[in-house]
Amino acid sequence: MSAGEPLIRWDWILLHLGDVAQRVAQHLMLTGIAVGVGFVLSLALGVWSARRPRLYSSVTWAAGVLYTIPSLALFALLVPFTGLSLLTAEIGLVSYTLLILIRNIVAGIRAVPPEVRDAALGMGYTPRQILWRVELPLALGVIVAGVRVAMITTIGLVTVTALIGQGGLGFFIIDGIQRFFSTPLIVGASLSILLAIVVDGLLVRLERLATPWAR
Amino acid sequence: MSKRFSADSPLAVNDLSLLIPPGNICVLVGPSGCGKTTSLRMVNRLIEPSSGQILIDERDVMSVEPVALRRRIGYVIQQIGLFPHQTIADNIATVPRLLGWPEERIGGRVNELLALIGLDPARVRNRYPAELSGGERQRVGVARALAAEPPVMLMDEPFGAVDPIARERLQDEFLRLHREQRTTVIFVTHDIDEAIKMGDRVAMLQQGGILAQYATPAELLTRPSSEFVARFVGADRGLKRLALSSLADVALDPAPAEPDGSLPRLGRETSLRDALSVLLGTDAQAGVVVDASGGALGVVTVGAIAGVLREAMGERE
Repeated sequence: MSAGEPLIRWDWILLHLGDVAQRVAQHLMLTGIAVGVGFVLSLALGVWSARRPRLYSSVTWAAGVLYTIPSLALFALLVPFTGLSLLTAEIGLVSYTLLILIRNIVAGIRAVPPEVRDAALGMGYTPRQILWRVELPLALGVIVAGVRVAMITTIGLVTVTALIGQGGLGFFIIDGIQRFFSTPLIVGASLSILLAIVVDGLLVRLERLATPWAR
Repeated sequence: MSKRFSADSPLAVNDLSLLIPPGNICVLVGPSGCGKTTSLRMVNRLIEPSSGQILIDERDVMSVEPVALRRRIGYVIQQIGLFPHQTIADNIATVPRLLGWPEERIGGRVNELLALIGLDPARVRNRYPAELSGGERQRVGVARALAAEPPVMLMDEPFGAVDPIARERLQDEFLRLHREQRTTVIFVTHDIDEAIKMGDRVAMLQQGGILAQYATPAELLTRPSSEFVARFVGADRGLKRLALSSLADVALDPAPAEPDGSLPRLGRETSLRDALSVLLGTDAQAGVVVDASGGALGVVTVGAIAGVLREAMGERE
């Protein structure tokens, strides 16, 4: 950064408002797809393995291995196969949501009091009705807690995908680093943080609305 | 019917055979490990019998699909198992909804049941279980089981988790409710006093799921079939037997023309056990039995009550 240059040049921001909005939208889309797909996969795996301890340890082992791969390395490894594409970005982002989401979904289902399941079964609920009408609603608090962590992690991680041509607000961060220009770097980073805070707040409110019995 | 949980384990229920008259409360009582809960859970196929048959209205439960079977059998457990995420009204509506009743009929039934168990529908309908007391939740559990008017109801230690005073109230309430509904009830408890109070018939089981005796409460107390039954009902079984009869069952001496003010006055619905307890504390060992309006019906003595007991116990021969 050259001497005499201010930390933030407000004129740059004003000039690039359209760009910023577009990148915010892209950032949200990348996050939404990642957590959405990750949630569906985790729900399937979680429901399938919740009552099967050995399957559950294999599933969490696999998700744990994925979770330990450094994100830079994962994206680099994928590029030869899937290119600098949205698919590459999402494969990585989805992988990182699995461990957190599966663990919380399973913990939530397992925390349903056994007498509640017994009563449901004894009154003639089918296993599927028990899952959808009893277990998942009661697990909602723990599941939402997992979704919140997954959201925050993913919003931060999306910026890394700027290296493979995606990235949402990460684009500004890379741009700032490459040009020794602090304004886009700060804009990208602070908006990413703000996004995480806002999304987390929305999820908290959504959870309250969805679980009136817990108040 | 019998139940063995695995090939190398002993029988949990051993060739148990009971005939329960419709509309009766049949209590399964016995020490832990006697197979009473297992037997109960075989009726709605939460546990499958290893051999034998369970017939409801002459229909083998094994020939009915379990889900359909359970929707026609009320089910109450000690831990209640209300759905914490549903309102009281929704909890009670569970089985009627599963059966596809129209919503207006369900709403009416919920209100009717809440009134029946002594809870104000306007107050509790939209509450969640966590907002109710333990006794209230237990009542809701019973209402939920009764909701779809099942011909048979299974109750597994339904009042085991509440304090003694609340338990007695719940027992009395349930007996009143049962007189109105006339459902056939199978009731599991480990408490002999509860068994004697609640049961039209009592099946006493012993370890290994063996039926020790199946009889009316009075018979169980006066003619225990074995040492085990006698021990389980307790050395005070004579007093327990007296609790089953009231002063209305005693032949009274004529009331004196001049009412003796020193004698205690007892209503004729007083149990013989309570009456005896009062009389033993008086000098004359006697009391005046009065009707609901306070008019003297006659005099009861300790000797007369002892006579009733002797006669009951003497049925042995």
